[in-house]
Amino acid sequence: MINNSLKELSAALAAKKISSRELTQAFLDRIAQLNPVLNAFITVDAEKSLAQADAADKRIGQGQAGPLTGIPIAQKDIFCAKGWRTTCGSKILANFTAPYDAQVIERFDAAGAVNLGKTNMDEFAMGSSNETSHFGPVKNPWDPLAVPGGSSGGSAAAVAARLAPAATGTDTGGSIRQPAALTGISGIKPTYGVVSRYGMIAFASSLDQGGPMAKSAEDCALLLNTMAGFDTRDSTSLDRPPEDYTRDLAQPLKGLKIGLPKEYFAEGLAPDVAQAVETALAEYKKLGAQTVEVSLPNTQLSIPVYYVLAPAEASSNLSRYDGVRYGYRAPEYTDLMDMYKKTRAQGFGAEVKRRILIGTYVLSAGYYDAYYLKAQKLRRLIAQDFTEAFKQCDVIMGPTAPTTAFNLGEKSDDPVSMYLSDIYTIAVNLAGLPGMSIPAGFGANGRPVGLQIIGNYFAEAKMLNVAHQYQLATDWHLRAPQVV
Amino acid sequence: MSLTEADVKRMAHLARIEIEEQEVAPMLAQLSNIMGLVEQMQAVNTDGVAPMAHAQDLSLRLREDRVTEQDQHAAFQALAPQVEAGLYLVPKVIE
Amino acid sequence: MEWETVIGLEIHAQLSTTSKIFSGAATAYGAAPNTQACAVDIALPGVLPVMNKGAVERAIKFGLAIGANINRESVFARKNYFYPDLPKGYQISQYELPIVGKGDITIQVGDQEKVVGITRAHLEEDAGKSLHEDFHGMTGVDLNRASTPLLEIVSEPDMRSSAEAVAYAKTMHSLVQYLDICDGNMQEGSFRCDANVSVRPKGTEKFGTRCEIKNLNSFRFLERAIEYEVVRQIDILESGGKIAQETRLYDSDKDETRAMRSKEEAFDYRYFPDPDLLPMKLSAEMIAEIQKTLPELPDAKRRRFIQQYGLSSYDAAVLTATKAMAAYFENVVNSVGAPNAKTAANWVMGDLAGVLKRDSLEITHSPVPADKLAGLVARIADNTISGKIAKEVFEAMWNGEGDADAIIESKGLKQITDSGAIEKIIDGIIAANPEQLAQYRSGKDKLFSFFVGQAMKATQGKANPQQLHDLLKKKLAG
Repeated sequence: MINNSLKELSAALAAKKISSRELTQAFLDRIAQLNPVLNAFITVDAEKSLAQADAADKRIGQGQAGPLTGIPIAQKDIFCAKGWRTTCGSKILANFTAPYDAQVIERFDAAGAVNLGKTNMDEFAMGSSNETSHFGPVKNPWDPLAVPGGSSGGSAAAVAARLAPAATGTDTGGSIRQPAALTGISGIKPTYGVVSRYGMIAFASSLDQGGPMAKSAEDCALLLNTMAGFDTRDSTSLDRPPEDYTRDLAQPLKGLKIGLPKEYFAEGLAPDVAQAVETALAEYKKLGAQTVEVSLPNTQLSIPVYYVLAPAEASSNLSRYDGVRYGYRAPEYTDLMDMYKKTRAQGFGAEVKRRILIGTYVLSAGYYDAYYLKAQKLRRLIAQDFTEAFKQCDVIMGPTAPTTAFNLGEKSDDPVSMYLSDIYTIAVNLAGLPGMSIPAGFGANGRPVGLQIIGNYFAEAKMLNVAHQYQLATDWHLRAPQVV
Repeated sequence: MSLTEADVKRMAHLARIEIEEQEVAPMLAQLSNIMGLVEQMQAVNTDGVAPMAHAQDLSLRLREDRVTEQDQHAAFQALAPQVEAGLYLVPKVIE
Repeated sequence: MEWETVIGLEIHAQLSTTSKIFSGAATAYGAAPNTQACAVDIALPGVLPVMNKGAVERAIKFGLAIGANINRESVFARKNYFYPDLPKGYQISQYELPIVGKGDITIQVGDQEKVVGITRAHLEEDAGKSLHEDFHGMTGVDLNRASTPLLEIVSEPDMRSSAEAVAYAKTMHSLVQYLDICDGNMQEGSFRCDANVSVRPKGTEKFGTRCEIKNLNSFRFLERAIEYEVVRQIDILESGGKIAQETRLYDSDKDETRAMRSKEEAFDYRYFPDPDLLPMKLSAEMIAEIQKTLPELPDAKRRRFIQQYGLSSYDAAVLTATKAMAAYFENVVNSVGAPNAKTAANWVMGDLAGVLKRDSLEITHSPVPADKLAGLVARIADNTISGKIAKEVFEAMWNGEGDADAIIESKGLKQITDSGAIEKIIDGIIAANPEQLAQYRSGKDKLFSFFVGQAMKATQGKANPQQLHDLLKKKLAG
């Protein structure tokens, strides 16, 4: 059952083969057993989850069930959920109980899904390894020495280790796709504006986007049907008619044009990852697709641009954590200034502080034009690269990350080398495009490899179709780690 | 443009993050590394390129002028470190 | 050396929307602390701003009224600084691209007209309030005002005296109320001024170093603060010192300005476009629709009053100073007719304005509304009562004793216009005062007023003054 797809679970619930309470309890038991090893969850509240499960069972009994009714879903601890502790992986919010629901949570609640708990993450989603969490690192279920990726590392590990049938993530520079790749699951970051940011704790507002993380593309499509939707409370939410993201899953891929950016297969890409991606592309050709080389000439610049824009926005977004209205306040201080400084020095971890300082610097008087404005201009060039590329292809493919999962502690003392591991994912956020990662085999060390699929704006249904057809032909997505 | 210790201290002050004297040098080293990466941007000519602030070229939606929020201060203030008489308390502010 | 004062004003007008600029919380004044501070206003993690159309419409209305360019695309920016009454740690404002561009406004200083340039006007959110009463040595923060919409109106440094600055501020104050975009209540902080003041040797071009004076919540404080500041700056310069560019606070108790300690450090606000808010693009249609709703503006109204009612320039200016007063006056005139406009004007500007001021009432809350004052003016116009008796009637109306006709009736104040009756009274007075009559007739003209007084006393002031005068003259002459 823990390996069942959402569709199978839904069918079992509808057929009363299992109740939502039983299903939820089964996953809660698994969390109780394995979370001490994996540290994928920050907060579990069995009572709350089971109450939701009971409500779902009632709804199923009344014949009012939808596709997600009664299904337990792990929520990244970046989404405010009323009555749930919502920490964003930070000490500064360690005791913060959200007094309201994020739009994503509201939509899952309305669908009758069960909140299975809040998953671990890099502090304020700043990280690529889940090592910046105040609540400790998450272990990669495939290898306890490896990181699960980040920032949605808890969600990724939970799904990979079958502690949850599915989870949510957020992706600012690759935080859904990279951990999905490193743990062998599927995840999609939709077009910017498709999923409401209301109640999703902000890191870099112009880049942040929520999305599903699950075992398969089909599961992701079902989840996205619930997550996506216009929200008047988010001024950047797109007012578009609702879509059924499962609608094109069965379409054959004959004639599909896959663009391969030469910059994504250049120096820096690990040979075992390259090999796995090539094998996946060969499979696509068997399915009737053609490949064409494209160029994204400003790929290298995406990292410096991102490390100006994201910290700039973050430095401002995180100013609200000041010890006045909620959250941590330093126990001892001499005056207001001292209260601010001690609260923030004690409440934030090292990576968050670094990014706040960088962000403060690039916005400060005399440096704005050279850094912030320059980065915004380059952002446009990076976005235009994709516009050009999509003239030649339907989707773009490449590796999600340059290597398989690295070891815990391997890069934590070297921020720059950590940043460079996001080389293939960041540009997608800068352009606002949808991006996806699906499992495509394993590297030399037995750790998973992710294949990235990048679509044009609003091409989510197409991308999910492209991923699903591959998953019908392969079984990488069905492989599960043996967690001890 | 290379960062100095004075820059680090000024940013820490602007960002209201206490930084101990012995933390300044290591922080400077880390931030300088990051800024080194950032400097790559300067190699590209961006004359005539319009800055891109948002993913989509859309206009701001306007909301009707209606009151939609009710008083929730009791629930909100239950989260606060220090409250009295409905007010958030902070160390004395000097104007 | 002779010095010239240079003043520019920044006015913060609180826009009269029912909800906040970026949230759906109420803006009503005077609520219990933090009961009108919603999740967005207190900056809970994850909340987002959503722009209020009502605030945009009001800003456009203002721009059109000052003949300014309305920027078809404007941008919201974050102004970053830490302060307990600023929950997000940044204020959402407009920086590089404000909604209203350059415009101007004509002010009247004495009998001189002067055009003051408006640099820009932009939308922004207000902060909360820090209450410094002692909470065990701590400060209390009330965020009810946080995210209330403000229009910041920035003038050019075109004013040269405190009188001009006050005239400008009053003109703006009147304009925003005419436009119905701000209630203008200065006690409640709905209309606040900051003054940028500098001095320079007369005849020189270059501006001196300026100081920004905050917390000027009345026209009198504005005037006093500028005057104090000018003297302070001249004193420093004349004793060889230099002016430090700084933010100063006006202390009305001490009638002086002092440097703000919280603003001592150099600020670096790190403005950047707010990623939560898209550029605001305004359609030509929206602007045209708002143009249609523009009311008659004070300047046009003043000119019309002169032309239509034959009022003096001074009277017209006084009566159009506020929209409410102009409306009151026109209601009276509409009832009593344009030929009586001067009488109506005198009553509105004189007796009515006097008691309103005495009892600290707004004209909109006058116990004697316009239609009732019109009833009184009509009785003066048709000679039912004299102007003098009218004052008595007005006082009774003010005290809620009824309308003019009822009071005239019940108090028997109707004017005596019957010549026979007046003559009879005069005859009686002459008969009773033979001595005075003889003296008068022997040339003591001053005694005429004695007889007027006696007659008025006998009629309790009700005799028609003109008739009494004429008949008395005739009878005394013999």
